[in-house]
Amino acid sequence: MMHLKCSTGYRVAQRPETMTRNTGTIAGQNLINAIKFPERLPGTSLRDWDSILRLAKRANLIGRLAEGAHYRGVMDELPTQVRTHLESARVLTSHQRQAIAWETRHIGQALKSIGAPLILLKGAAYAIADLAAAHGRLFGDVDLLVPRACLNQAEAALMMHGWASGHADPYDERYYRRWMHELPPMAHRKRGTVIDVHHNILPLTARTLPSADLLLNASVPVPGTDFRVLSPSDMVIHSATHLFHEGELQNGLRDLFDLDALLNEFSERESDFWHELTDRAHTLGLAWPLHLALRYSRAILGTEVPPHVSASVSKAATPGRVSQRLLDGMYLRGLQPDHPLCSNYSTDVARAALYLRGHYLRMPVGLLVIHLGRKSIMRLFKNTSRSV
Amino acid sequence: MGDLSLAELQTLLRDGSFALQTGTLLSRISTQFADVARSLHVLYAHHPYQIAPDFADFHVEVRQPRNIRRWFRRQAEFLIDGDPPFEPLPRNQAPAFLEWGLNWSIAASCHQWFTIHAASLERNGFVVILPAPPGSGKSTLCTALALRGWRLLSDELTLINPQSMTASALARPINLKNASIDLIREFEPASVWGPETYDTAKGRVTHLRPPIDSVERMLETAQPRWIVFPRYSPGSDPLLTPRAKAQTFIHFAENAFNYSTLGETGFDVVGSLVDQCDCYDFTYSRLDDALEVFDWISSGAAP
Repeated sequence: MMHLKCSTGYRVAQRPETMTRNTGTIAGQNLINAIKFPERLPGTSLRDWDSILRLAKRANLIGRLAEGAHYRGVMDELPTQVRTHLESARVLTSHQRQAIAWETRHIGQALKSIGAPLILLKGAAYAIADLAAAHGRLFGDVDLLVPRACLNQAEAALMMHGWASGHADPYDERYYRRWMHELPPMAHRKRGTVIDVHHNILPLTARTLPSADLLLNASVPVPGTDFRVLSPSDMVIHSATHLFHEGELQNGLRDLFDLDALLNEFSERESDFWHELTDRAHTLGLAWPLHLALRYSRAILGTEVPPHVSASVSKAATPGRVSQRLLDGMYLRGLQPDHPLCSNYSTDVARAALYLRGHYLRMPVGLLVIHLGRKSIMRLFKNTSRSV
Repeated sequence: MGDLSLAELQTLLRDGSFALQTGTLLSRISTQFADVARSLHVLYAHHPYQIAPDFADFHVEVRQPRNIRRWFRRQAEFLIDGDPPFEPLPRNQAPAFLEWGLNWSIAASCHQWFTIHAASLERNGFVVILPAPPGSGKSTLCTALALRGWRLLSDELTLINPQSMTASALARPINLKNASIDLIREFEPASVWGPETYDTAKGRVTHLRPPIDSVERMLETAQPRWIVFPRYSPGSDPLLTPRAKAQTFIHFAENAFNYSTLGETGFDVVGSLVDQCDCYDFTYSRLDDALEVFDWISSGAAP
């Protein structure tokens, strides 16, 4: 496969000064430009389209790409075979948008009786609040945050309405209940849809655990629904926290585009947004994931962040023992689409390192060793005994 | 592909530059496996191909897993853009795995069509759709019709264009199982087959090369006119009975791959299909009887 190193891909002016190494690929940069600048799409060669569509599908960004081309009104100027894939993606994303609205209505009905605040997170929140981040997005599970005291009631109410936890393995069950910040995923018996019920945005074992009460108290109701969403600042901080605690970044670039869209929309809408964001990250003790989010969103997507904001967030985010250079090496590679066109030995190493880092941030080392050891043994066992 | 030797095809597949055209779709295929190359060489002998085209709709690969199963109780895995959508299968099923993988790629992502698990064939410009659960004899009947004057559009995936309400063709090889294989070998001794695979989840399976006329005309679309639900029943006389349109509607809605994804469009497509087609149940045991009945059906629409 191709291992083309990019020499001019990043716009130098946007790149933080300390970031000197090139880790993107031409293919990856072509996808990013295609989403950021839909007006330039008509000039794209068929050969470039081939790799752009492949990466977009793999990175779960084809919906956003298609929506951009549609809104910009350039769809008719694109080659027929390309348009077919993009229109097909729009069919899928508009169906998913309807489906997630339908699903949240069912969840709202099921949980009405418990009388607790129901806070939608991530994709479902962007959709219900009708944010730009939801445009063309593909949705997975529904993520919901409820006060910890209401967790058992919420689980019971969902079970009454047809959701059930699918975990057959007692270890997984115990792992979730004891260490995690959520119930084991629950799937609806008939619709097959999955809901993750959280009581915090990070595992109980995480090195920097924010107060869930602060998030709940600042959340805002969504008019005409039974739901609430996090405040704009908290939504950004949660999205950043989630992405930079994640060990597996299959959706890393998609999540970075979410952050880009949230930052653009909120900073345009509210004049005091940047100030609030900085303060809030400090209060929640989550300045470092926000720092990484702003840093890589700027470096990779060219997101416009006022320099004084980057500076103050980066100052508050006391870098840990892992140096910034090392993190840059990992994330600038790891946030590329996980596709043979963008992969080489160094991205493989970066992904492995991020996997360990994700787990390290989520639990103490002793627990981590036991957990990962068990996982790898189970995987080995599964691989050799699997019958078809 | 007639001008390509097996050795040449093998080289192109190894370096990943081979692209196969089925209907309007171009699939770039990469594999190191010699049996997959042999199977493609036989089954797609009449199909057009391209070498390293600028653009392809799908990029797929069949390869050895990157773990112990490369050597021990060997397996094959199917990847689309580096991602395996399925669990690996035993190594000897690699040629069939590629066929199933390509079917899946179309069903999972081609929402330009309403896609349903059914065979479709054309005669005199009109299409018959044969939906059926596995084991109903759909593929056997489809093969017999394709070998006796009906043009094969597709054995597994019927594709309906929602705007024109016409059926598109794929002209892919026909998948046959167990006793059907021997039945068709006897029915048409000159037919050309891919390798047979034993012990799959479906039993003994193989693929039949589609007739050359179907391949040469694979870009021609045609209007669906009949929907016939076949049922193979040993020893029975042929019996064609009208089927309720509402019942046909429900079957299509429940068995299409993307009925709900298409939303309102899906509902409209099924409604129009059921309106514009005569719907039947058909029980049979002998292929010759079946051919006669289908001749009669198609003569009704002749101008």
